[in-house]
Amino acid sequence: MGRRLLGGWAVLVYVFLYAPIAVVVVFAFNGGRQVLNWEGFSTKWFGEALRDPTITEPFRNSLIIASGNAVAAAALGTLLALALPRMPRLLRTPLDALVYMTLVTPEIVFGISALIFFVQIGIPLGMKTVLVSHVVFNASVVALIVRARFVGMGQSLEEASYDLGAGPVSTFRQVTLPRLAPAILAGSLLAFTFSFDDFITSFFVSGAGTTTLPIRIFSALRFGVSPVINATAVMILGLTVAAIVLAYLVLRRTDQARRRAAVVPGL
Amino acid sequence: MAGRSGVGGPRYPAWLALPGAAWYALFFLGPLGIMAVFSVSRREGYTDVVYDFSLENFRYLWDPLYGDVFLRTFGLATFGTAATLLVGFPFAYYLARYARRKTLLLLLVIVPFWTSFLIRTYSWLIILSPDFVLFRFLRDIGVTGEDFSLIYTREAIYIGVVYNYLPLMVLPLYAALERMDWTLVDAAQDLGDRPLTAFRRVTLPLVLPGLIVGCLLVFIPLTGEYLIPVILGGDLTVFAGNLIAQQFLTARDWPFGAAIAMVVIGAMTVMILAFTRLAAREEQYGG
Repeated sequence: MGRRLLGGWAVLVYVFLYAPIAVVVVFAFNGGRQVLNWEGFSTKWFGEALRDPTITEPFRNSLIIASGNAVAAAALGTLLALALPRMPRLLRTPLDALVYMTLVTPEIVFGISALIFFVQIGIPLGMKTVLVSHVVFNASVVALIVRARFVGMGQSLEEASYDLGAGPVSTFRQVTLPRLAPAILAGSLLAFTFSFDDFITSFFVSGAGTTTLPIRIFSALRFGVSPVINATAVMILGLTVAAIVLAYLVLRRTDQARRRAAVVPGL
Repeated sequence: MAGRSGVGGPRYPAWLALPGAAWYALFFLGPLGIMAVFSVSRREGYTDVVYDFSLENFRYLWDPLYGDVFLRTFGLATFGTAATLLVGFPFAYYLARYARRKTLLLLLVIVPFWTSFLIRTYSWLIILSPDFVLFRFLRDIGVTGEDFSLIYTREAIYIGVVYNYLPLMVLPLYAALERMDWTLVDAAQDLGDRPLTAFRRVTLPLVLPGLIVGCLLVFIPLTGEYLIPVILGGDLTVFAGNLIAQQFLTARDWPFGAAIAMVVIGAMTVMILAFTRLAAREEQYGG
């Protein structure tokens, strides 16, 4: 009885979680000009969105920023993840705190601080400042994911590699990197989506001349929701969900491979 | 071998953290530092900032007008925490205790959370619209009046908050409930506890750490919430996050905006420190 009631509740929660996504997707295929006036199925708003330079240019900007961010965050985050676990405590504690701080600081505070910072030291606002700011919190995302894997997999292979005379560079290339690659890839895919979806930080540090896709959507909302915006939103959702599912599959496949490999003693 | 795996074992050199640490120092601590300096500076004329040391900006905050903003923010965070707990606990409980295919179901909670916050939030403008099936239906059966609308209201903000913050509550709750040994509950009931008593005496103490983490994960970021009131509240209701943005975007009083930001960060830091102390004590004496 209680169990069935809870099950019903769970179904309602899933409806609640997915209703907004479903609504945007469904109404993106509405042929009518009014969002809520259903006038038959049509994909014309997607074509409209892809022909509109005020959407395609921000789209291109967002892709460039998110890709650059994914690469930079993966590099910085991985290095942090390798160095942090064995650091002397005196250095590790504050650095650890910083990693978490970049993730819990409200974006409104960080975005505005970054804006003041760039203005004060005279760096012109634009794509570069958006990228630089995104890397701050996305490096932390990658660092946390990669470190969890790095600590979890144990260090005996690295020790063996050192014992056999390999230095840190070749140990990294031949032992650590192959095993960490899935975590790094998953982390950078997540970093990609976080950057691609980011609104608040981008809004403050992009300046007047640069528009990202979320900024474009936000400014369109001032005139209400429109079918073109819904179509654009669906394309964004498609891209990010694909990246997330990919990240998940990469992590899961290596989990299974590891479980199979665990049959071999010592691994 | 065992000795080698200790602290003194082979390691990647600490200087590998340098690029990341430098990035944080320059582009995170730098901005926050300038913000801190601004918070004790003065505005002169329309937008000029004069570096100075005065607590004038913080004194402004004692004005009842701003007191209301902070109270409202506290109210929003409290509401969001309580509501996500009420909605999320039975849900997480079901997932952890009864559901099959748990990994998939959990992934289904995470996926929307990782997709665009902006899109999922503006979608409520469609759902809550008087012309959408939901409220058209409620109007037709006479539940709501003719000109009833939730668009740009406090209620819309509340709905958006519960929606967006629910996964942050569910995930730690689930993690705690997943580790539960349910035979303990069965034992308590076999020994005469009624289900509710068993819940209070066995389940609740065991999942309390997860519950506290969930509450903090919701409460803390809510104190700096900015976007939901802007989109669903039409920027009409002012919370701390919106007040900060206003000072920078429209009022152009950067030092005052910086002071509010400092107060928000300060409050969050106190909460996080209190929590880590609490968690440490829990580890020492609890469980």
